[in-house]
Amino acid sequence: MAEVTLERAGAQDGTGPARRRLADREGFLAWALVLPSIVYIIALVAVPFLLAIGLGFSDVTAGDPTYHWAGLRTFRRALDDPVFWRSLRNTFVFTVTSMALIVVLGKVLANILVVDFRGKWLVRFLVLLPWTTPVALSAVAWLWLLDSIYSPIDWTLRHLGLLDGNLYWLGRPHLAMASVIAVHVWRLTPLSAVIIMAGLVAIPSDIHEAARMDGAGYWRRMLEVTIPLTMPVVAVAALFGAILTFTDMTVVYVLTRGGPTNSTQVLASWAFIRGIEGGDVAQGAAVALFLFPLLLAAAVAILRAVRRMEVR
Amino acid sequence: MAAVELAGAAEAERLRRRFGRRHALARVGVYLAAVLAALVCAGPFLWSLVTAFKQNRDLYNPENNPFFFNLAATPDHVLYLFRDTAFVTFVWNTLWVGTLVVAITLVLGLPAAYALARLDRPWSGRMAIAIFLIYLVPPSLLFLSLSRLVVTVGLQDSTWSLVLVYPTMTIPVSVWLLIGFFKAIPKDVEEQAMVDGYSRLGAFLRAVLPLAFPGIVAVVVFAFTLTASEFIYALAFISPTSQKVVSTGVPTELIRGDVFFWQSLQAAAIAVAVPIAFVFNLFLDRFITGFTMGAVKG
Repeated sequence: MAEVTLERAGAQDGTGPARRRLADREGFLAWALVLPSIVYIIALVAVPFLLAIGLGFSDVTAGDPTYHWAGLRTFRRALDDPVFWRSLRNTFVFTVTSMALIVVLGKVLANILVVDFRGKWLVRFLVLLPWTTPVALSAVAWLWLLDSIYSPIDWTLRHLGLLDGNLYWLGRPHLAMASVIAVHVWRLTPLSAVIIMAGLVAIPSDIHEAARMDGAGYWRRMLEVTIPLTMPVVAVAALFGAILTFTDMTVVYVLTRGGPTNSTQVLASWAFIRGIEGGDVAQGAAVALFLFPLLLAAAVAILRAVRRMEVR
Repeated sequence: MAAVELAGAAEAERLRRRFGRRHALARVGVYLAAVLAALVCAGPFLWSLVTAFKQNRDLYNPENNPFFFNLAATPDHVLYLFRDTAFVTFVWNTLWVGTLVVAITLVLGLPAAYALARLDRPWSGRMAIAIFLIYLVPPSLLFLSLSRLVVTVGLQDSTWSLVLVYPTMTIPVSVWLLIGFFKAIPKDVEEQAMVDGYSRLGAFLRAVLPLAFPGIVAVVVFAFTLTASEFIYALAFISPTSQKVVSTGVPTELIRGDVFFWQSLQAAAIAVAVPIAFVFNLFLDRFITGFTMGAVKG
C-alpha cells in the first residue's frame, strides 16, 4: 500500500528524479515478481536433481533410507547388469527411429493441416487426439489393439489371407519394439505437426508470392523456400520429439513392462523398475542419471535453433 | 491490412479455380490425405469406441469382425465403469489436483511472465529461456529423489504430493506462453493506466490482466492437460486406489493380473480423451501464437 502512494507522488512530480525512482522500482519489481517462481522451481527441480546425483553415489533403498556414501559402487553395480546396456541401446534405437519418423510425418501432417478445406475442424480434432490424450490411456487403447488374440490387425491380415494364426505383437522382441516405436510416433506426430505448422504460418506470404511470380512450382517452392525457411522450427520439433521419447517410460510400462525378457526395456522404465518396484533407490537414480548428458546436448541444440530463428 | 489480405486470397482463389482440372485433382488429394490422417490418428479410439459397447460373447470370439457389432450393442460395461469401479474417484482426483495446480501455476506464473515480458531487465530474455528449458527436465530423471522428498514431508500415498510437484512442470510452459500473450498487448495500455494514477503493479493488475484473459484461459487449459497426462510421478508417489488419478488409476486398477476389463478400459480411454481433445482444439491457435510470440523480442 505504501508503495502505491509513493508511486502516485512520483507520478505527480513527473520530473527527472521521480522517473528514475520509477525505473529503480521496476528493477525491484521485476525480481519480486519473478522470484516466487524461481524459488519454487529451484526447491522442486534443482534440489531434487542434486539429490538424484547424491542418491546415485549412495546405497539408499526403500527399506533402509539412511544415506551412506557408496562412491562408484552403485554405478558399477548398475553397469554390470546386462539389462542396463540393453536398455541404453533400446533407448537410442527408440529415440532415433521415432524422431526421424515423427519429423517426416509431422511435416506431411502440417502441410495437410495448413490447407483450408471443409470439415477441417473435425479433422483437426481427430488428428490432435493422440497428443492430447493422457499417454497412459492411449497406451491402454493400443494394448487392446495389439492384443495377442483379438488384435484387429491380425484379424484383417487373416481375412486378407496374409496370416495364419496370430502375430503376438507384444510377445516377440522385434515386433514389440516396432509396436512401441509405432505408438511413440503416433502419439508425437501431431505435436511436431503443430510446431511445424507454427513455422509454416510464420513465413511471410510475399516470399511465396515472389517465388510463384518467378515461376516456381509447388515442389520447387517446397524444396527451395518452405523447407529451408522452416528448418529451425523443424529442428525444434525434432528435439522435442527426441526428448519426449528419450525420457518417456509410460508407453513401454503400459504396453510391455520392458518385456518380453527386457527386449523393450528403456533407461527410464528400467530406473523405475529398479528404483520404485525393486526398492533399490540408489541404483534407479544411477540409471536415470544416464539420461542427463543427452538431455543437455538436446537443450543446447534447441538453444542454437532458437537463436538462429531470432537472427532471421 | 486484413481486408487487403482477404481480397488477395479471394483473387488467388479465383485464379486457382481457372487452373481447373489440375486444381480439382489437388483438392481430391487434400481431402484424401486429410481423411487418411484423421483415420490413422483417431483409429485406435474409434476402435475403442466400438469395443466399449460390445457384449462379451461378441468381443471374445476371434472370428467375429472386430470393427462392427456382430451381436447387439450393450451399455453394461460402460455403466459398470461409472458405477462399480473407482473411475469416478480417479476423475474427481484428477479434477481437483488439476484445479489446484492451475491455481498455483497462475499465482506464481502470471507475475513472473509479466515481469519477463514487460519490465525490461537485461536478463529477462535469458531468464525466460532458462525457465522454459526447465520444462525439458523430465520426470524420469527426478521421480526417485522427489519420491524420497515426498516421503520426508509425509505426503506419500496422498494426492497432495501431486499438487506440490506438478507446478514444476506447468510453471515453465505457462510462463513461456504468458510472456507471448503479454507481449501482444500494446504498451500504451499500461502507460495510459499509469497516467491515470495506477502504480506499475496496479497497471498490471487492473489494466493488463483483464486484456490478457483469453491467453490466461488458454494457459489454464494447457496446464490442466499437462497435469492430467502425467504418469510417472503419480505412479511413483501413490499406491492406494482411492488416491489415484485417471492416468494411473485406469491402467493399474482396471487390469487385475490377467483379468482385463477391456470394454470398461476402452470406455475410460474415450471418456477422458474426447473432452480434453475437444477443449484443446478450441485453443490450438492461441497456443501456437503464444509459443511463437514468446520467442519474439519485445
